[in-house]
Amino acid sequence: MDDLDRRLINRLQRGLPLVRHPWQALAAELDSSSTQLLERLRQMLADGILTRFGPLFDIERLGGAFTLAALAVPEERFEQVAEQLHALPEVAHNYRREHAWNMWFVLACSTEQAIAETLHHIETLTGLPLLNLPKEETYHVGVYFPV
Amino acid sequence: MSVYISRSEDTLAQHLIKLTQAGLPLVDDPWAWLAEQLHMSVEATLDLLKRLQAEGAVRRIAAVPNHYRLGYRHNGMTVWDVRDADMPRLGALIGAQPFVSHCYRRPRQTAWRYNLFAMVHGRSSDEINHYREHLRQLLGDACVADEMLVSSRILKKTGLRLPQAPR
Repeated sequence: MDDLDRRLINRLQRGLPLVRHPWQALAAELDSSSTQLLERLRQMLADGILTRFGPLFDIERLGGAFTLAALAVPEERFEQVAEQLHALPEVAHNYRREHAWNMWFVLACSTEQAIAETLHHIETLTGLPLLNLPKEETYHVGVYFPV
Repeated sequence: MSVYISRSEDTLAQHLIKLTQAGLPLVDDPWAWLAEQLHMSVEATLDLLKRLQAEGAVRRIAAVPNHYRLGYRHNGMTVWDVRDADMPRLGALIGAQPFVSHCYRRPRQTAWRYNLFAMVHGRSSDEINHYREHLRQLLGDACVADEMLVSSRILKKTGLRLPQAPR
């Protein structure tokens, strides 16, 4: 990664300008050419430094229902419960976190009703107490990793 | 959030999601490519993107870095018990910190006292501890308790997909 790669990564995390010729606009900004920028981008995607380039949708605004939930899983059952959750298509993300509530996951369903049913199913499946923490207000979403 | 996109716009957005799920093609004129796929003019396509972005359905057209590869290996979910009356002001303040990637208000529960969540990322555990301390100072007396839940393992990560329409 050289200086141009770094500037391109930082700039592209903030988004492509919605102008008629975005790559030319970015090339002028970064003192490069559109051909060179596209080549660098292609290379960084191939290398896995970037995982994706494209529109980032606020999927929640386009329908569906979501929640963040947590389980307090006894250590000896942790792997088993992780597998049970992994098998459920409604579980989008699942992370271990160092806390008494040690398993944190996001559910994505088509309706609120389906969320309630899935939560009930997980409680029954695991026999563990469950925290349901749907978001009530969004103050900020926007990952930015400067390099 | 109170802005909703119209039905026909919603259909176009769904089409756009399918077209760009794997990413936007790396071509010199990406809007012309999209316009052709959507059977629309380039101008109408660009207008659609601008509207979707203004309404928030598209956050931006951007690169997503592999944050592990960039050295951001530490993440902490900081959780705060904040006086309800102070939430609108403090939620916005915490969310505006450049090192906070996600910030939400969530309900308290019998077994869970925290109502403000802020995700922080860093290149060392010192760095995220420092961010937590900074947030604590911003919240001041309005916050009576807090914790930071550090992620130690990804158990599943499929990303949010557009759910199937209700049956």
